[in-house]
Amino acid sequence: MTSPPITAQAQTPAPQTTPVRGRRRLRRLSRRDIPVLVVLLGIPVLLDLALIWATTVASIGLSFTSYNGVTAIKWVGLRNYEQIFTIYLPFWTAVRNNLLWLGVLGLVATPLGLFFAVLLDKQIRFTRVYQSIFYMPVVLSLAVVGFIAQLIYSRDYGVLNSLLGRGSHPIDWLGDSKINIWAVLVAAVWRHAGYVMILYLAGLKAVDPALKEAAVIDGANERQTFFRVVFPTLRPINIIVVVITVIEALRAFDIVYAINSGRNGLELLSVLVTANIVGEASRIGFGSAIAVILLATSIGFVIAYLTQIIREDRQ
Amino acid sequence: MSRSPADRPGGLPMTSRRSILRGALAGASAFAVPAALAACGKSDTGSGSGGSTNKNVTFGSNYSDDVPKKAIADVMAKMQSDKGYTVKVNTVDHNSFQENITRYLQGSPDDVFTWFAGFRMQYFAAQGLATPIDDVWQTIGANYSDAFKKASTGQDGKMYFVPFYNYPWALFYRKSVFEAKGYQIPKTIDEFKTLCAKIKTDGMVPIGFADKDGWPAFGTFDQLNMRMNGYDFHVALMAGKQSWTDPKVKNVFDLWAGLLPYHQPGSLGRTWQDAAQGLVSKQSAMYLLGSFVAQQFQPADLPDLDFFAFPEVDSQYGQDAVEAPIDGFMVSHKAKNVAGAKELLKFLGSADAQNVYLKSDPSDVGANKQADASGYNAIQKKAATFIGGAKQISQFLDRDSNPTFASTVAIPAFQQFINTPGDIDSLLKNVDAQAKSIYAAGN
Repeated sequence: MTSPPITAQAQTPAPQTTPVRGRRRLRRLSRRDIPVLVVLLGIPVLLDLALIWATTVASIGLSFTSYNGVTAIKWVGLRNYEQIFTIYLPFWTAVRNNLLWLGVLGLVATPLGLFFAVLLDKQIRFTRVYQSIFYMPVVLSLAVVGFIAQLIYSRDYGVLNSLLGRGSHPIDWLGDSKINIWAVLVAAVWRHAGYVMILYLAGLKAVDPALKEAAVIDGANERQTFFRVVFPTLRPINIIVVVITVIEALRAFDIVYAINSGRNGLELLSVLVTANIVGEASRIGFGSAIAVILLATSIGFVIAYLTQIIREDRQ
Repeated sequence: MSRSPADRPGGLPMTSRRSILRGALAGASAFAVPAALAACGKSDTGSGSGGSTNKNVTFGSNYSDDVPKKAIADVMAKMQSDKGYTVKVNTVDHNSFQENITRYLQGSPDDVFTWFAGFRMQYFAAQGLATPIDDVWQTIGANYSDAFKKASTGQDGKMYFVPFYNYPWALFYRKSVFEAKGYQIPKTIDEFKTLCAKIKTDGMVPIGFADKDGWPAFGTFDQLNMRMNGYDFHVALMAGKQSWTDPKVKNVFDLWAGLLPYHQPGSLGRTWQDAAQGLVSKQSAMYLLGSFVAQQFQPADLPDLDFFAFPEVDSQYGQDAVEAPIDGFMVSHKAKNVAGAKELLKFLGSADAQNVYLKSDPSDVGANKQADASGYNAIQKKAATFIGGAKQISQFLDRDSNPTFASTVAIPAFQQFINTPGDIDSLLKNVDAQAKSIYAAGN
């Protein structure tokens, strides 16, 4: 009821005054618009500042301190970082494992998912059944995948050793720090491939069949059709898949935590952050420093990727 | 991450806060709170005569397994019937409780909470997170030996802890196996090695072993270090007053490396429960663990279980030291009902309460001298004598040392040693560097 007069009021003075640009733009907003804007923009901005930026800045600040959560915070400069890089042995194992995780998800799981998607897109028989089978692990939490992995890999009662007929000389798949990361990666790939498959399957369904027909008429074989015509049209999906793969690799946590709390060859940066901060240890400054390193790595990936995308878009 | 076990602890402060609110409302005795706080300052029990005594106490419990949880409920029921106090028990998963202890104590902790004796108790007492309870000890003190009293004293000389029960670490074996094969209990490390070699040729695993969770290997180290270098050196090392690069420590790891071939292989992928099953099924001949290994035995098999002290390494130290961690209780610094909390502790420190608890427990020994031993099984009786005869009692590596050091340095280092026992020097050099930094920082 009240809105028409207000808009009228707001509109009438506009043509009269035409001084500075900024002011004119402000005047276009009605009296009611401003509070609405303040509320609608302000709340998310405040939440963003408080929950994301403030905590990030706090973590960075804490990473230069020694703090056990109770007694006063002590400034120690770069000591935490120096110790992480020099004497904290699990750190380099964790870095290696995170990179390994990224490499395997990116180079094995993702192409595997794409391959499944292409096969299933061909409308072969029982395609729905296969689809469900491949997608099933995605529904499971990684912690559950971790428990399943233990049942399969366990040295004493695992299925795998019996299947391999190694009853008398069992392989310690999860206890041997040289091989356990690979055993876990197999489980992670099992899950990630299904995830990627569903994304690509959705993308493939959206590809215009006319494009494929045109390619075939122009004499392209199946491989050429896929790599030259279909795959480029999947670009938006590719972006999502790359982002998801990087995120999954950097935030990996649950599966190793479920298996052995992320120790003995299964260290990951996320686990080390938790072990130092959340555990009884309460070595908050030290853990924050690891978190900052993880943050810097993630930002590195994000920036590298975004510049790549922006550059491609400009061309 | 939302479903990871690490997130479960998050629920802990919330539950307790809610329950405290509920307690405050239901109790409708908000006026009693300031009174109780004032009483705390004067370290005065102040109960009784007033008539306005708050008879509601909250209790943060890590007795999360079914059997102990039920036993604690029975104890609290007795508190209710004997003293008229209503105890609200907030049970949290054992490991989560430990991991969250710092945040729990700073948030809204319960009046009384379960904890461990030794350095681990002193650490939190020194941070001001616990209320001193010297007056409780005036009541219960006569029933505790000096070793218990020492283990309950903070670095400032005040009492902070009431012991409930303890249990010994030793080499457990099945009598029937030793009888059938004609094995003798080894007294010295050489006899022990000979026995291990013989067991191995007999086709059994000499020493059951599991270290997936990281802490069981602490038990082996503690035994070897105390036998080889004595209790005093061990405790000094734990407290950060001795160097891990000391040749004495290296000797311990050398001795351990010599024994590793007799340990059950694949230990880093196995839990202690699975290793205990090896002892139950007679695949392993011996197992170095706390007496809680008895929990894995069926009642019918229990009489066949027995133990002996870790053999002597250096005659100077003999078999003097016994590792017997004490579990018990403390009062939080933010306790709402300090007077009630102290009444609860007096009760928990009594033989009555411990008798109720031990009825359902096949492996622990009451801390109170007057605790009724008539209901003990053979293991408990032997454990009581074993601990009673100890010249020194250690707690456990992660209870005698700084918690940060134990969880972030010792566990990875010991696991690495078990994986590659060859490179002891560089490993110890690293442990020493990290230990120095952690103990210097005081956290």
